[in-house]
Amino acid sequence: MKRFFKRLWHWFDDRAGISVLLKPLIDHPVPPRGLWTYVFGSATLFMFTVQVVTGVALSLLYQPSSTTAYHSLEFITYQAKFGNALRSIHFYGASAMIIMVGVHMIQTYITASYKYPREMNWISGVFLLIFTIFMGFTGQLLRWDSNGVWSSVVAAQQLGRVPFIGTYLARLLLGGDTIGGQSLTRFFSYHVFIVPAFIFIFIGLHLWLVFRHGISELPKAGRLVDPKTYRKWYEDFLKKYSVPFWPHAAWRDVLFSSIIVILIILFAWLKGAPPLTDSPSLTSIHTSPAPDWYMVLFFALFALMPHKVESIAMTIGPLLTVIILFCIPFLSNRGERSPIRRPWAMFGVICVLVFVISLLLLGLKHPWSADFDAKPLTVAVARPGGIGATDSTVSRGVQLFYNKGCEYCHTINTYGGKAGPDLSTVGNRLTTQALVIRIVNGGGNMPAYGGILSTKDLQTLASFLSTQK
Amino acid sequence: MNTNDDIELKLKQEADEANIGRAEFITRVSLSIAAISAAVMAVPVVAALVAPLLERNRTFWRTVGHIDDFPVGTTRLVNFDNADAEQYAGMLTRSAAWLRHNEDQTFTAFAVNCTHLGCPVRWEEKAQLFMCPCHGGVYYKDGTVAAGPPPKRLPEYKVRINNQEIQLETAPLPITNI
Ligand code: FES
Repeated sequence: MKRFFKRLWHWFDDRAGISVLLKPLIDHPVPPRGLWTYVFGSATLFMFTVQVVTGVALSLLYQPSSTTAYHSLEFITYQAKFGNALRSIHFYGASAMIIMVGVHMIQTYITASYKYPREMNWISGVFLLIFTIFMGFTGQLLRWDSNGVWSSVVAAQQLGRVPFIGTYLARLLLGGDTIGGQSLTRFFSYHVFIVPAFIFIFIGLHLWLVFRHGISELPKAGRLVDPKTYRKWYEDFLKKYSVPFWPHAAWRDVLFSSIIVILIILFAWLKGAPPLTDSPSLTSIHTSPAPDWYMVLFFALFALMPHKVESIAMTIGPLLTVIILFCIPFLSNRGERSPIRRPWAMFGVICVLVFVISLLLLGLKHPWSADFDAKPLTVAVARPGGIGATDSTVSRGVQLFYNKGCEYCHTINTYGGKAGPDLSTVGNRLTTQALVIRIVNGGGNMPAYGGILSTKDLQTLASFLSTQK
Repeated sequence: MNTNDDIELKLKQEADEANIGRAEFITRVSLSIAAISAAVMAVPVVAALVAPLLERNRTFWRTVGHIDDFPVGTTRLVNFDNADAEQYAGMLTRSAAWLRHNEDQTFTAFAVNCTHLGCPVRWEEKAQLFMCPCHGGVYYKDGTVAAGPPPKRLPEYKVRINNQEIQLETAPLPITNI
C-alpha cells in the first residue's frame, strides 16, 4: 500500500512538476545565524493569507450596497453563525498585519538589509506598506456604519488638500459629488479586487527578490558592504556556512506566525470586533467619527499640528515620508550595516518610534475633542468655598458653565471635558477681572464669548469661576 | 558539385534571412493588433474608474421647510435630497444643513461639514456655537471660526424663498482646498 502511494506520488510529481518547482525554494541556503530576526516578514505574509481567507469568507455574508451593507454587517455581527468571530479575526488580522509590516520594516532598517544588492526588496516593501495601510483604511469604511461614512468624508477632505487636483481626487474617491450610491461600491472594489491584486503582484516580486538575492546575513561591525565584491562574498559565505531554508528557518517562521494567529484568536474571542456605530446617514449628525487604532495616529496628528501649516502639511507630510522611504536605499547602499556603527540611524529609529507611539496613545484618548456627554455640573460638585460668592451666583454659574458649553472642554472637580485647562482651582490663578477678560476674548482653542454672553451672565460666570479654589 | 553546394547554401541563407524578416514583421503586426485591441478595450475600463470625473455635476433646488417653522434667531437642522439621489444609495440620498433665520429676516444654510476634515458640526443652542466633535473646531453662529483647527468659515448653501417655502440649492460635499 505504501509503495503504491509512493509510486502514485512519483507519477503525479513527475507529470505535474511540483518538486522541480518548489525544491529550489524550499532548499535554498540561508545564513545560519539570526534566523529569529527573519520571522517578521514571513509573519506578515501569514497575516495576509489569514486576511485573504477570512476576507473571502466575509464576502459570502457581506452585501456591497449602500442600502444594505449596514444591515449585512448587523447580520454578520449578531446573527450569522460565527459571523462575529469571523469579523473579529479579520479585524485583529488587519491589526497584526499592520504591526508586522511595521516591525519587519524597522528590523530591516536596523540591520540595513536594504543595502546592495537588496534595494528593490526595500522598495517593493514600501509599496506593500502603502497598500497595507490603504487596505486597513478601506476596510474600516466597508463597515458602512456612521463611523465608516464620516471617515470617508474625512478621507475626501484630506485628499482635497492636494494642490490643484484635490477636489477631483476627492470626487474620485467618493464616486461623485457627495457620498452616495457609488461610494461604497468603489471602496468595495478597491478593498477586495484592485488593491489585493497589487498586493499579490508585489508580494510575488518581493519574494522573488528575497530568493534571488538571498536572505541577508546578520550584520557585523566592521564588515562593510562593497557592491564590487559583495555578491561573490555572499556566495562564498553561503557555501561555507549556510543551512537549508527548510526546516531550519521554516520552523521558526511557522512557530512565530502560529503564535500570532493564536493571539489573534484570543483577542477576537475576548475582545471582539469594534462595535458597530449608528446606521449610515449624513443626516444623523450626532456622531463622533473616530478611526480604528491604526489610523488614530493621523487623527492625533491632525488635531495637534499647528493649524496654520496643517493644510499644507497634510499633503507634504505623507508625500515626503514616502519619498524619504523610497530614497533610503539610495542614500546609502554600501558600507557599514551594523546598528552599533550607525548611531544616527538608530537615533532616527528611536525618534520615529517615540513619535508614533506617543501619537497613538494620545489619539486613543483624544483629549482635544469636546466631551458632549459630560455630566452637567452641580452645585454640590462645584463645592463653593469662595469668598463673596452668593449662593445664587454659584447656582447660576454652575448652570451657565454647562449650558454655554464651557464644560465640554473644561473640567471642574472631574466633571467635564479635557480639551481645555482644568478649572477646578482656577480661582487661585486668575482674578474675577482676569477671568472676564479671558472669557470675552477667548484665544487659542477657546471661542471668544464676548458676543454670546450677556454682561450679567458674564459677571456671574466669572465670579462663580473665581470661587473654584 | 562544388558550385551546386555553394548555390544551395546561398539559397538557404537567403531563405533564412527572408524568414527572419518575415517573422519579425509578423510579430510586429500581431503585437500591434494586440496593443490596439487592448487599448480600445481599456477605454470603458478606465472610464468606469474615472466615471465620477466625467459626469456633469447638476444642482437642484430642494424645499426644506416653511418660513413659519423657523422663528427669527433660530438655527435648525434640515434634510434634503442630494443632487444625485439614486434609489440604491439608501439613507445616503439625503444630506443635512443648519438653517439659520437671521435677525435681518434673511436665511443662511450652513453645511454641517467642518472645514477642517469634514466631521459633522453640531449646533449648541444655548452656547450659540457650532462645535465639531473631531479635533475641537468651533464656529460662531454666523459660521466664522471661533476656535480650533478649521481653516475657513462654515460653507453655505444658496437659499431662496419661494411661496413661503424655503429652498436650498444642492451642492457638492464642501471640500477645503489650500
Ligand atoms: S473636523 Fe472639525 S475640527 Fe477637525
